[in-house]
Amino acid sequence: MDRKTIILGVIGADVHAVGNQILNYAFTDAGFHVVNLGVMVSQEEFIEAAIESAADAIVVSSLYGHGELDCQGLRDKCDEAGLKGILLYVGGNIVVGKQPFDQVEERFRQMGFDRIFGPGTSPEEGIQALKEDLGVA
Amino acid sequence: MRQVLLIDFGSTYTKLTAVDLDAPRVVATAQARTTADSDISTGLNEGLALLEKEAGPFRFEARLACSSAAGGLNMVASGLVPSLTAKAAKLAAFGAGAKVIQSYAYQLTREDAEEIAEIRPDILLLTGGTDGGNQETILHNARRVAGIPLSFPVIVAGNRSAREECAEILSPSPHPVFCADNVMPEMNRLVIEPVQQVIRQVFLERIISAKGLSETQTLLDGILMPTPSAVLEGLKLLAGGSNKRAGLGDLVAVDLGGATTDVYSIADGFPTRANTMLKGLAEPRVKRTVEGDIGMRFGARGVLEAVGEEAFGRLTGLSEDIIEQVVAKYGAHPEALPTNPDEEKVDFALAVFALRTALARHAGTLEKVYTPVGPMYQQTGKDLTCSRRLIVTGGALIYTGLLGNIIREALVQDDPWVLTPREMLWRCDQGYILSAMGLLSGYGRDAALELLLGAFGKEEEDAACK
Repeated sequence: MDRKTIILGVIGADVHAVGNQILNYAFTDAGFHVVNLGVMVSQEEFIEAAIESAADAIVVSSLYGHGELDCQGLRDKCDEAGLKGILLYVGGNIVVGKQPFDQVEERFRQMGFDRIFGPGTSPEEGIQALKEDLGVA
Repeated sequence: MRQVLLIDFGSTYTKLTAVDLDAPRVVATAQARTTADSDISTGLNEGLALLEKEAGPFRFEARLACSSAAGGLNMVASGLVPSLTAKAAKLAAFGAGAKVIQSYAYQLTREDAEEIAEIRPDILLLTGGTDGGNQETILHNARRVAGIPLSFPVIVAGNRSAREECAEILSPSPHPVFCADNVMPEMNRLVIEPVQQVIRQVFLERIISAKGLSETQTLLDGILMPTPSAVLEGLKLLAGGSNKRAGLGDLVAVDLGGATTDVYSIADGFPTRANTMLKGLAEPRVKRTVEGDIGMRFGARGVLEAVGEEAFGRLTGLSEDIIEQVVAKYGAHPEALPTNPDEEKVDFALAVFALRTALARHAGTLEKVYTPVGPMYQQTGKDLTCSRRLIVTGGALIYTGLLGNIIREALVQDDPWVLTPREMLWRCDQGYILSAMGLLSGYGRDAALELLLGAFGKEEEDAACK
């Protein structure tokens, strides 16, 4: 039972299900216990799922450009809910239009995310990062 | 002739139904005052004498009973997140026929423990965490409960990984401990049948005798279940049928009482509208909820508060003062019957709003979400808009002459986002057939189904009850 548990989902009113399924498959295959909440997941649902399943990380996807709005305050709410220090990842097409990624990364880091992944990231990159951050061999 | 006696020890009346299994038919019914405070068999014998006088003598091959006497089955439920395991625990307890006096989320505080001690529940249900998930809260709560200096059964049905430790924490305490499968082993998946079986077993083995109801055992083949559980069994049989006869399909039932209102649904409640996604905890097909603040007398104030003075005024045409007066009177005198036209109007409105409110709280809701691919809908809970059959019971509905109007009015729902049934064929369970047949279903299933279909499924009556 020492598999690490991660909460996976597409935040906000985003209905892009394909990438979510690919990540679910890839993370599970890599040995993680994935609690997949699917698409159109609210911040509260991420947090409640993380509490009940004692998750080690929350991995948020967003493809439709509104990710920046949807993700605001997630870290604060995690802190409030007692999930202090939980690993927060976000990835996908997380801002409107094409913006320099270092600026995007900085803004999301300010919002409390530990890792920020841009468009076109392969699942392997995410798996590698999770393994490093969670101390999985 | 094979005769079976079915008994419902209610809080006020002990209701008896004699059934001939061969015909099958209900031979006679009778009721007498429940005598739970002295010896419950006094009331039972009185009822039996009435029954004998009506159609006796009888030779019963079985006597089966359900009970909500001595306060019914009172439970306290605790879980972790309010919308997840705490809700799952509550749904499980309701579905097992219990009254959930209080439910708690997150870690129990010292005050919570004191409150539980005051409640003195018949059973406390401890849940929290998915399998392999959070253990901290349920372990903390087990310690709190172990510290309550009373003896009530505790059922542990949370995170599998914490089960043994919970039992160890509780075992030196005065509470007998029982374990069941996790009510939510993984996110949003509800598994409540195993815990309900344990609740029923604890009810049979411990609660009955603790309430002094076991002296009647010599007269009976046992009190099998709490009354709401018998009603659910009856509804399940009527909806699902047997392998010989088809049932009626999805059903909704409401028991409108003086203090509380019970709503039952036997329906999957899956989305009926396009572009709708289910959200949150998946609800059970067989669902029961209890509205503790909605009723015709003690619950009258709750009904008024739920819908507001304005709606009451619109339906009755009465002034706020008069409505206020009548509701106050009903709250203080639960036995009161309407004595003038104004009180009759308030009674009518109470029945309408109690039904409407209880149905709305039982049913799910819909929310519109604008997405880049157009509007989508998110459904929480059950969609009962397409349920077509309603069974109502409760003194206020059985004895009113206006039942058709009450139901028609109660089903009006202006809020399109509330997924209550809109048009229904209704029946009234005047003879408390549902609970009686629910009891019988474990003994003579085919006979019980035939009697249920006879009472609630006659097509020629459908037209009259629209």
